[in-house]
Order: sequence, then structure tokens, then C-alpha cells
Amino acid sequence: MNTREITVTVNGRKRTVNVEVRRTLADFLREDLGLTATHLGCEHGVCGACTVIVDGHTERSCTQLAVQADGREITTVEGLATGDGELHPVQQALRDNHSFQCGFCTPGFVMTIYGMCEDKKAGRPVPCSRTEIREELSGNICRCTGYQSIVDGTEAALAGTAGKES
Amino acid sequence: MKPAVFEYVSPTSVDEAVTALSTTDDIGDVKVLAGGQSLVPLLSLRLAQPGRIVDINGIENLSEITEEAGVVTIGALVRQAVAGRSDVVRRSIPLMAAAIPLIGHGAIRNRGTVGGSIAHADPAAELPTVAACLDAELVAQGPGGERSIRAADFFTGFFTTALSEDEILTAVRIRAAGPGTGAAYEEVARRHGDFAMAGVAAQVRLDGDTVAEARIAISGVDLAPVRASKAEAALAGRTIDDAVLDEAADATVADLSPSSDLHGSAAYRKHIAGVLIRKAVRTAAARARETL
Ligand SMILES: Cc1cc2nc3c(=O)[nH]c(=O)nc-3n(C[C@H](O)[C@H](O)[C@H](O)COP(=O)(O)OP(=O)(O)OC[C@H]3O[C@@H](n4cnc5c(N)ncnc54)[C@H](O)[C@@H]3O)c2cc1C
Ligand code: FES
Ligand code: FES
Repeated sequence: MNTREITVTVNGRKRTVNVEVRRTLADFLREDLGLTATHLGCEHGVCGACTVIVDGHTERSCTQLAVQADGREITTVEGLATGDGELHPVQQALRDNHSFQCGFCTPGFVMTIYGMCEDKKAGRPVPCSRTEIREELSGNICRCTGYQSIVDGTEAALAGTAGKES
Repeated sequence: MKPAVFEYVSPTSVDEAVTALSTTDDIGDVKVLAGGQSLVPLLSLRLAQPGRIVDINGIENLSEITEEAGVVTIGALVRQAVAGRSDVVRRSIPLMAAAIPLIGHGAIRNRGTVGGSIAHADPAAELPTVAACLDAELVAQGPGGERSIRAADFFTGFFTTALSEDEILTAVRIRAAGPGTGAAYEEVARRHGDFAMAGVAAQVRLDGDTVAEARIAISGVDLAPVRASKAEAALAGRTIDDAVLDEAADATVADLSPSSDLHGSAAYRKHIAGVLIRKAVRTAAARARETL
């Protein structure tokens, strides 16, 4: 078996693991680290369910190899809430707006919207109008909600970022 | 949906990468891995089953954008999102800046590279069309050293380029747009982020009210991006109005022979190509006027 040792920081925890070189980052997170909140819908980049943050930017975890994550910092949806029973503000905004039904797409949406909020904090351009939000969310597919409530949740999450000085 | 077994190498220099591409022994296909936004899906679907993957992401000097003597050089590994935000690109290659937001989605552009899109040569993709429109020079390095390939000679067919199997695309060189230049990229896709059914890249340089130079390229209507030379000629020296735009669009569209597929018929593709030429040229000219 072709394997390599990699060191990655996932949700703040540094890990050194031997991975098969053909393993995708998504499978590595789910199968090797047991972080199954990152979902796999299409496994070829289209649905957005597997979106995670790599070195501060949203990326698909199904369209990269785990070996390529060597030396990088990854945040999955498990890494957002601090564990004191409070949801992360992005999660709370989505919950308040009923932005999900079955929840399959939710981790990908949460990470995509979290990415927008991080962009906003870093002064990178972010969507303002609902049309722009829809465009930004177009890489995430939801089969249940009809998106209306997700756009509402995104607006709330982005407004929260604006209000909060951090 | 899992990639087949392959050997993985991660060179830190172009020379090392070229060696890994050219010493193939009996390993089968060898593939360069850049942003992976096209290749990893192909691996997962097992449409590609290379014996060796040469991951070029560890090569450092391929991620720079520089401008010198009126020429912008974009390293092959520059992420599409980074190019789209770059001040140099926005100022000097406004056509590329206009095209990048149309590529897939944010998360795809954060990882996908400029060089990867051009090397992949999807006939519906934006960046190959930009390269064709602006007569980009594609810089390749192989065992025999470096060579520069004109875009017109680079895109040789359906997902096919002039790169040989042991060559790496290292950079894209594009002449900086001068004053009086405006650009636009217009396309029609089924959903936002999908590959376009047809798209038009246009760059117009104005001299007062007349067109000093028009550059137009069309995606999605042939095996590779098509330069709309007849439309370019029809616009040169003219003042843009509806009649001139009709003449330019009609001259080009008559020569197109796109194929029909699930997403649209040949006739529909020809129709939207004409509509998009008018729209892109008009927008490019309006933007050019703003710079005067
Ligand atoms: C959901 C989704 C939507 C997309 N939508 C669009 C879209 O609308 N428009 C669009 O243009 N693209 C789209 N893409 C594709 C995206 O732009 C890819 O990033 C791009 O086609 C390939 O670039 P890459 O860096 O990811 O290359 P890779 O996937 O790593 O490589 C692609 C091919 O090019 C070769 N290659 C890459 N770099 C080099 C190099 N430097 N030298 C030699 N060969 C090289 C590889 O061997 C491979 O054959 C989409 C992708 C996805 C997953
Ligand atoms: S599982 Fe990665 S984008 Fe669908
Ligand atoms: S909530 Fe079911 S797919 Fe989105």
C-alpha cells in the first residue's frame, strides 16, 4: 500500500497520521479521524456537502488528497462550537432561521457561510444583497429547504459578523 | 467513487517535476496534479487512472503574479480566487478579472489554479477563452528546457493542448491592457457556477469614439475556444452602434458549427453566441469609455 506520514492540525489539534496516498481529505476526516460531520454527497466537487476550511479558505474536501493537507490547518463543522453548550453564531443564525430540514447539506452550508463571515472579518469582499448571497451559496445543494430559509440564515449570520467587533 | 491506486510524488522544483514526468518506466500514465478541481473528480470517477501523480503544489516559484515592461506573468499555480482579487490582474487584465467570478463556485476557485484550467482545456471554460482572446503566451518546461507557446497554437482540440506529456505549464504571459481598454465576459449557463453553454470574452480599445482594436473569443461552440476574427475585423475603425454590432455578430455566427447536447441544441448555441457577442462588446466598450 502506498502511504505517507502527514501532520495536520484539525480543529486546533495537531495530528501525525499515516495515510494512503489515494485517500481524499474527506475520507481521511471521516474514516481515519472519525469526524463524520463532514458529509459526502457527490464526491466530485459539485454538491458542497464536504466543504471545510483549509488555511482560512473554504475548500472541498472531496477534491483534494489527504496527503496534500500535510502541514495545513483544517476546520470542520465539529470545530466551530466551543463545547460549552453554545452554538457558534453562524450555527445559531441558521438555527434561528430554520435553515435546514433533514440536515444532510447543513455542514457544507455552515462552513461556506462561516467562510463568508471570515472573509468579511478579513476585509475580503462578501455578498451584500440576497442575489449575491444566492450566488455565493450556489455551490451548495440542498434538496429540502428551497433555500429561502438558508438565505435568511446567511443574512443573519453576516449581519451578526458586522455587529460583533472581533 | 474512490481513486485507484497510484504512486504519489511531490517535487519541490520544476526540474524535479519534469524528471518525475519523464521517467515513466512501466508505470503507465503520469499526471500533473495542480488544484485538483478537475483531476481529483476524474480520479474518483476512475475516468483517469494514472500510475503516478506528480503533485506540483510544493513548487514555490509558480505562485507569483508580476508585471514587467507591459507584460503580466501569472504563475501556473496561482489560485483562481487569488488572481481574481489581484490588483495587477484587475488593472492590467480586466478580462481575466471579469471571467474568474464565473468559474464554478468560491470553494472551487479557492483551490483551482489558473494554469490547471488552461492545461485542462475544457472548451466551455473561461480561462482558456481569455487566453485565446488576449493571445496569451503559455510558458512550458520540459526535459529540453523552456518554450513559449502562443494560445492560438496551444489549444489543439477537445481537452487537448500542445503540451507534451513530460512538460509542465509554468506560467501564463499576457500583455497588459493599455488606457482606453475595457473588457467583459458574458455567458449563458443552466445554473450559476455550471460550465457555460456558450460564453464570449471581449476586449475593446477605443480611440475617441472609434474602435482601435477589438478582441473577441467564444467558448462552448467548438472543440476549443474560437477567435471571432470576422467580428473583430468588422468592428475595427468603426463607432459601435446596433447596426455595427449586428454585422459583427452575424459575420461570426454564420461560421460557427457547434454540436448539440443535453444542455442545448446547435441552433440555440449559435443564437446565444450572437446575443453574447453584442452584449460583451457593448459592455466592454462602455467600460473602455469610462477609462478615457
Ligand atoms: C463543481 C465544479 C464546477 C466547476 N465549474 C467550472 C466553470 O464553470 N468553469 C471552469 O473553467 N472551470 C470549472 N471547474 C473546473 C475548475 O476551474 C478547475 O480548477 C480547472 O479546470 C482545473 O484546474 P486545477 O488547478 O484544479 O487543475 P487539476 O484538476 O489539478 O488538473 C487538471 C488537468 O490539467 C493538468 N494540469 C494542471 N496543471 C498543470 C500544469 N501546470 N502543467 C501541466 N498540466 C497541468 C492535470 O494533469 C489535469 O489533467 C469546476 C470544477 C468543479 C469541481
Ligand atoms: S461531496 Fe464534495 S462537493 Fe459533493
Ligand atoms: S436540509 Fe436536507 S438537503 Fe438540505
